[in-house]
Amino acid sequence: MQPRDNTNHQVTRRQFLRTSAGVTLVIGAGGLLPRLSSCTNAEELYEELKQHVVTAWVRLAEDGSVTIFNPAAEMGQGSMTSLPMIFAEEMDADWSKVRVEFSAQEPSIYGSGGWGGDKRMLSAGSRVTKSYYPVMRQAGAQARLILLESVATHWQVPVSELATEPGFVVHRASDRRIGYGEIVPFLQIPESIPEIPESELKDPNSFRLIGKDQPRTDIPSKVDGSARFAVDVRLDNMLYGVYERGRVHGARPTLRNEADILLLDGVVQVVSLDYAIGVIAERLEQALAARDQLDISWSDAEATGFDSQEAYEEYARLAGTGESGSVIVSEGDVKRAQRQYTSHSADYLNDYVYHAQMEPLNAVVKVSEDGMHAEAWVGSQQGALKLGIPQALDLPPENVKINLMYLGGGLGRRSMTDFVVECAILARQVPGRPVKLIWTRQDDVTYGAYRPMSLQRLTASVDGRGNLMGLQHLVVGDGDRLVASGIRNAFYDIPNQHAEIRTVSHGIRLKHWRAVGHGPNKFAIESMIDQIARKHNIDPVDYRRTLMATSPRALATLEKAAEISDWPAPPAEGRAKGVAFLERSGTLSTGVCEISVDRDTGRIRVHRVWVALDAGVVIHPDNVKAQVEGGIIMGMSSAFKEQITIVNGAVVQSNFDDYQLLRIEDTPESIEVAIIASTEPPQGVGETGTPLVAAAVANAFLALTGKHLRHLPFTPERVLQALAS
Amino acid sequence: MARFVLNVNGERKTVEVDPGTTLLWVLREHLGLTGTKYGCGIAQCGVCTIHINGNPAKACALPVDGVANGQEITTIEGLSENGDHPVQQAWIAEQVPQCGYCQSGQIMQAAALLEENPDPTRDEIITYMNGHLCRCGTYLRIIRAIQTAAGQPLTNKDGG
Repeated sequence: MQPRDNTNHQVTRRQFLRTSAGVTLVIGAGGLLPRLSSCTNAEELYEELKQHVVTAWVRLAEDGSVTIFNPAAEMGQGSMTSLPMIFAEEMDADWSKVRVEFSAQEPSIYGSGGWGGDKRMLSAGSRVTKSYYPVMRQAGAQARLILLESVATHWQVPVSELATEPGFVVHRASDRRIGYGEIVPFLQIPESIPEIPESELKDPNSFRLIGKDQPRTDIPSKVDGSARFAVDVRLDNMLYGVYERGRVHGARPTLRNEADILLLDGVVQVVSLDYAIGVIAERLEQALAARDQLDISWSDAEATGFDSQEAYEEYARLAGTGESGSVIVSEGDVKRAQRQYTSHSADYLNDYVYHAQMEPLNAVVKVSEDGMHAEAWVGSQQGALKLGIPQALDLPPENVKINLMYLGGGLGRRSMTDFVVECAILARQVPGRPVKLIWTRQDDVTYGAYRPMSLQRLTASVDGRGNLMGLQHLVVGDGDRLVASGIRNAFYDIPNQHAEIRTVSHGIRLKHWRAVGHGPNKFAIESMIDQIARKHNIDPVDYRRTLMATSPRALATLEKAAEISDWPAPPAEGRAKGVAFLERSGTLSTGVCEISVDRDTGRIRVHRVWVALDAGVVIHPDNVKAQVEGGIIMGMSSAFKEQITIVNGAVVQSNFDDYQLLRIEDTPESIEVAIIASTEPPQGVGETGTPLVAAAVANAFLALTGKHLRHLPFTPERVLQALAS
Repeated sequence: MARFVLNVNGERKTVEVDPGTTLLWVLREHLGLTGTKYGCGIAQCGVCTIHINGNPAKACALPVDGVANGQEITTIEGLSENGDHPVQQAWIAEQVPQCGYCQSGQIMQAAALLEENPDPTRDEIITYMNGHLCRCGTYLRIIRAIQTAAGQPLTNKDGG
């Protein structure tokens, strides 16, 4: 094997592999085993490539079809279309001939930078498009160059005289053109290909795919039932596994009737973990039935005795002490501002929320009979470290193969690999037989990893004309960085700012949840801004215009949102509008909503929503709109309905009957999204809509009723309480 | 274990399972019809929606015992021959799915709606579709797609 060369500037070896079906362009660093070149079956070849860690971005066939490998997870955010569009743009491929497949899960080859270190394949934080934009452009441009050079040699013309049109190489001087597929028989293998400088990539003004709507490549399979999620995998001789996990996170189980369980129909094995008891059975229904019979005693845990709704009292006490927590922002002197100006203080609370991705967690893992290899079928956002399997099974990473499947939602939950490791542990017990691990919805809810509850104490200091001179933001909550995101105000001109986190710990499992801390933090900040604005009889949009005066891109989103929502127009009787601004994953957005309130039931109705955003270059405009629409719906769901509570350490909710999500009956009449044109690098969009909602709704509620909503979710009971206050 | 004979998508299928096993597990894990999804197991989310004799039903809440005996079971795989039922076409035209996990159930419910009521109002659509959760938040597009499909002939109904 050739030694690997991982320099970023020069790809030292690339190969074209001739096959009966066409050619795989192997572009990039890596060695090939010589025997590969004698391989004639494309599928087999690709399997070999995956196993031998060779970069491969695109496969070209003689019929002109172009298969582009998508390195990111597809969890609904559209990566299966947007990333190949970027590649095809630079390759000048004919989009109608493009097919898309998932790449192998090999971060050293398919990873992107942008995570502050090694290349990773993490699909999280709305960073896929942003981090892969340069990667896909470069790879596509290199593929195009290979085609150009091959044709130049074949036609005996200088490469500089050749150009491309979608799917064709063109030589204008001799009026010749050749389809990409027709190049396959004489493709050449140069010894090296340089990194193509950015200046030689396409001018964004001449993009013909980027910025134009294309039908999503994954949608046809998602309307006829053929899209394959991990839960759909069925393999010969497959067993089924389930676990019983405690309702008190961290509690340790003792199984008291293992012998009885092993006698039940179909039961193959019982497995004890330090937080769960697993059952493997021949059939899923047998595994579930056996689980119901488990007699387990649970130990106490850190969470034992914890009551989430009572904890806010302690949170408030912690916010009031002089103790110092972890300081996130310190600009100017907020204490002096508080002495100098008039201060307003308020506490904002948010309960735990659960991811509720529609596909409950699951995985399929097979360990080879000799125990030396493992193969997994999984929907994962992680794409790194082979999803924890090598560590769990003590295998070298190269002995683990991951087959990425469609994700029935990620939302942050599938960036954890706990469920993959659980499945691997079961599979190790039955080498040679694949195991499908199913989490029921009850498992998924009760052993979730939630967005942390928190209390936010904001103190705003305001001069006589209403100018915001100081903002102190104290967060009390569990989860450290999970409660920190979104606490900065980089686009508001506030001279004195201090943000600080005071950490508590309850032993409850926590994780990134779409937009992470932005949800609670922006709710608090944007609510406080409206409170101050209204106190000084300043229109909330005008107030933000002043705060954003030195941030033109942010201001443009505000102006656009005000325009499309016809902000100055007086609302209809019984309705009011509210506004909120935020930045998330580099995208700037302003949202406006129009609400009404049923004062008898406490039910808030959101009638219309408008969002204006600047996300830099937009690859796929309709998909950006879809992401914002969906983000708004999820924001409404979390703002009005979603609530995990803990009583004596145990999670109270267990399914969609007591953990309610927003239904279609509560959908607004419209969600209008305006994209501000930009040639700046693309930014993340998937999370930008969600955290706009709570603040925009609370601000509209304040405008309508003069009352404050300060505890998420805004359940009817809390709305009635606010109205009565 | 008992033997059940099912009529699924116009084909006769025999399974041997314990009485009481839900139709959802039978379809997915025994017959390999995985387009019908598992979401909650308590008929709250709608992702397992199929048709029984043309009427929408939640497969997670149906014991297999009750749907044997010749009842016509239709899953997403049997809704149309080529994935071209007007509702499926409208779902593509309006670019409805994101993660896609709930969409088989949404489409089966929408197809049943249009069969009953070829030209539903927005409110009628919302009422009929309210048992279906979509975490990606595609509700507005679902409404649009049903409106797009409304009034079009349902030529490919139930595998026809």
